Amino acid sequence: MSTPGRPEWSADEMMTVTAARALAGRVSCFVGIGLPSVAANLARRTGSPDLALIYESGTIGARPRTLPLSIGDGELALTADAVVSVPEIFNYWLQPGRIDLGFLSAAQLDRHGNINTTVIGRDYRRPQVRLPGAGGAPEIAASCREVAVIVRHRKRILVERVDFVTSVGFGDGPGHRARLGLRGRGPVLVITDLGVLEPDPQTCELTLTRIHPGVELAYVLEQTGWPLRVSKPLEVTPAPTETELAALRALTAATEGGDHA
Amino acid sequence: MAEIVSLAEGVAALVEDGDVVALEGFTHLIPFAAGHELIRQGRRDLTLARMTPDVIYDQLIGAGCAAALIFSWGGNPGVGSLHRLRDAVEHDWPRPLRLEEHSHAGMANRYAAGASGLPFAVLRGYVGTDLLRHTSTVAIVTCPFTGEELTAVAALTPDVTIIHAQRADRRGTVQLWGISGVQKEAVLAARRSLVTVEEIVDELDPRPGAVVLPSWAVTAVALAPGGARPSYAQGYYERDNDSYRAWDAISRDRQTFLDWLARDILDPVRSPA
Repeated sequence: MSTPGRPEWSADEMMTVTAARALAGRVSCFVGIGLPSVAANLARRTGSPDLALIYESGTIGARPRTLPLSIGDGELALTADAVVSVPEIFNYWLQPGRIDLGFLSAAQLDRHGNINTTVIGRDYRRPQVRLPGAGGAPEIAASCREVAVIVRHRKRILVERVDFVTSVGFGDGPGHRARLGLRGRGPVLVITDLGVLEPDPQTCELTLTRIHPGVELAYVLEQTGWPLRVSKPLEVTPAPTETELAALRALTAATEGGDHA
Repeated sequence: MAEIVSLAEGVAALVEDGDVVALEGFTHLIPFAAGHELIRQGRRDLTLARMTPDVIYDQLIGAGCAAALIFSWGGNPGVGSLHRLRDAVEHDWPRPLRLEEHSHAGMANRYAAGASGLPFAVLRGYVGTDLLRHTSTVAIVTCPFTGEELTAVAALTPDVTIIHAQRADRRGTVQLWGISGVQKEAVLAARRSLVTVEEIVDELDPRPGAVVLPSWAVTAVALAPGGARPSYAQGYYERDNDSYRAWDAISRDRQTFLDWLARDILDPVRSPA
């Protein structure tokens, strides 16, 4: 969101820049395709040049010069430190908890950070919308030390309860991950195009901790499918810098077709 | 020893109606030419297994070849939905499609168990997800040493696995490199296997990091240059991302899809130019 009359950046750019900043200090990131991949590649071009990007196609330490359209583009293999098989990437690298951060997106995300990418509608056999499904996400959400989720902030996406639990966030709430034996900490950060949500330390409920500049709080509440709690005081995300915007625009412009959402 | 055959001969000899067939290749080296040959030969009632169904299974499903799909991620990578897959699941068109749905880690381990001659594989996965309630080939087991609860996935042992590789030699030893996905496991897990290749050479010079499948571990090899398009073959051609984007409009509508099927897959054979 930009100041009225002065469109300086789009809501998507604000989201991607915020997500890229959140990767600062991480060593390794298991990257989902789409919004996470754009943000992770921006991070490598801005604050986190040494971040090791890991894609489920088995590419470890990929340094793509252009944004990949799929998680298995040739550019990822050609620029990677290592290319391993799919069984190896999941069994040896993800499963033991070697990877700092899993970076995912969602078709639905609920107040406890659970992710649905399988079906819209309660009847699995006859869904209203058949979505692509799990991919690597269930085990990324379970086994990475921490998880970040990047989604556009819409009422149909941020829902009270997901129609289908594809990947577990905090399950039903406090203690549920431990009871399930999930070893990672779960979704510690949700970055949207309106702000940032973090789990409440007591209730594990996603809470608005930051709002992007120019966004009205009432609009965020309206676009959230549960009664959203708001941190006091509510911080405002620093606006994108010119350097960040230039890097992001160069990244998307250099990529055939442009739209990777 | 692998037999060197034509693609049409290989598909005719190795794939029967009703088979469990895996066409593997993780974004890279997807065996499109072999998939199109399955459509041309009119195979029916197949159980199609593949981690990422991709455009190739969208085509096979739309063409009515499949009764069931075993998979873990069914989208058009970076583009959106697989519309023929969705139409089959949401509206039974052109026929109902039974789903057996997994995660990537689960599918990879299912093939690894099959390749290892084991009835199941063990992993940390699926726990707390709704996949457990809908997929009968996943179960919770107890570790005999620690008492810890873990997840078991049943071995996946296709009747036939088909993959595409860069090269084979004249004896049928196969060499592939770049993103190698789960192809080695899928071939070794299968009862029969067909490998299509970009070229057949006298001598396979060693490649760093290459997967080599000895001739005696493969049933048949067929020459199919360009056989992974619009996917890619590292060292030969790039992924045709525009073609993946164009598939969205072709596949969205049944008639547009049927026109494509007739024009691009069936007609070139009926009336060779």
